Amino acid sequence: MSLFFHLGRYFLLMGRVFTRPEKFRIYWKRVFEEINSLGLGSLGIVSIISVFMGAVITLQAAYNLDGPWIPLYAVGLGTRDGIILEFSPTIISLVLAGKIGSSIASEIGTMRVTEQIDALEIMGVNPSGYLIFPKIIAAVFINPFLIIYSMFLGISGGYAFGVLTGSVTPYEFVYGIQWQFKPFYIVYALIKTVVFAFIITSISAYHGFYTHGGALEVGQSSTKAVVYSSIVILLFNFILTQLLLT
Amino acid sequence: MIEIKNISMSFAGRQILSDISFVFEAGKTNLIIGASGSGKTVLMKCMVGLHKPDEGEVFYDGREFSKLNFNEKRSIRKEIGMLFQGGALFDSQSVEENIIFPLSILTDMSNEEKRDRANFCLKRVNLENVNQLYPSELSGGMKKRVAIARAISVQPKYLFCDEPNSGLDPQTSIVIDNLIKEITHEYKITTIVITHDMNSVMEIGDEIMFIHNGSKLWEGSKEEVLYTENPQLIDFVFATRFMKEIRKKN
Repeated sequence: MSLFFHLGRYFLLMGRVFTRPEKFRIYWKRVFEEINSLGLGSLGIVSIISVFMGAVITLQAAYNLDGPWIPLYAVGLGTRDGIILEFSPTIISLVLAGKIGSSIASEIGTMRVTEQIDALEIMGVNPSGYLIFPKIIAAVFINPFLIIYSMFLGISGGYAFGVLTGSVTPYEFVYGIQWQFKPFYIVYALIKTVVFAFIITSISAYHGFYTHGGALEVGQSSTKAVVYSSIVILLFNFILTQLLLT
Repeated sequence: MIEIKNISMSFAGRQILSDISFVFEAGKTNLIIGASGSGKTVLMKCMVGLHKPDEGEVFYDGREFSKLNFNEKRSIRKEIGMLFQGGALFDSQSVEENIIFPLSILTDMSNEEKRDRANFCLKRVNLENVNQLYPSELSGGMKKRVAIARAISVQPKYLFCDEPNSGLDPQTSIVIDNLIKEITHEYKITTIVITHDMNSVMEIGDEIMFIHNGSKLWEGSKEEVLYTENPQLIDFVFATRFMKEIRKKN
């Protein structure tokens, strides 16, 4: 029952989010602010995680694919597919669910408990549209760039650490990442990224928007935002993989 | 003028407001007084459309508000200014941006005109050279004054103030009270103030409504409140020993 209540309220909220804005100019300004806050503000964490995860994937691939019948370029191939298909779109999205999801829920939740959302409504502003729409648009736009950046850093990190540790030669690694490359893998990753960006922002905003109480409840909303967006991301990861790759 | 008729509301089976009717006159500071939890804020939120009452109507100069949809309410909201208990200033915006915000949404003024209007409103509340400060850099009294400046920036016909003096020292409270009173009389605004501060009641109360447990028990002027025979109002107004002695002397 509770699930249907939340689903219904979530879709009603999304209906209000995507109604015609009062003034497009103000909304667009907010979209650019959100791109800066949600996207560029996440570059640091995405960079660090991508480089080291790329390195670890390469080292583990080299360790596990060690055998006379397995060519060494399989290390590059495994790193490439692991990063493009799963690590960058899914794991980085889960990391972003933690970083920007909690930030969105706590920001909107704090605005709710300090009556800032009521103030918006009094001014004749559609608060759900004004607060949530720019975040969704910003994330859906900027996250694919973050994921492409993550793919690049992940593969570069794998190359650098693989070569530095002597696990793979530069030639074998580069040959591996080029071997039977399918451009559709990038399309698949970007489709997932866009869907996950929508999930992270909309679910986190939902939990923030319906916060009641005080500081304790804002914290709880923030936690729920991360937990539920992560679960829904994993669910949709399965659904999209089934739809797009099989 | 705002008229409320037979407003009733309940939350989770608990009656919060019962059949409240009142006429709030233009150009006067109309006070809603009552103990904490008596339903004052809920009544105000029903009036501005943040809550939907179970029964009853709200009329803004004859226009029925409570049954309109969001877009229809928007035209009336352009005429409403509201001062929230905590100020409700937008944390991510500077003082000037806070005041300009409703102008950007509700008017077609140029940036220059909006800045001039913001400066005028800040001057009106005796605040200058704070335009670029953020709410976190302001004192409680300054926040309240900025919130008043934001509320009057759109030249409202109706001004709602939810406990404008809460958390302020007595001197700052008087400044805020006088400001509300002056603005009300100067611009002939219909002002509604929620308070349980008796200093405010005596300072600015033109018309007073007393709410107890969600029901209107009394209405009258600030002069009449001192001579009331209503037992609940006596308990509320003369709660302190000092006030009890004043009543005895009178």
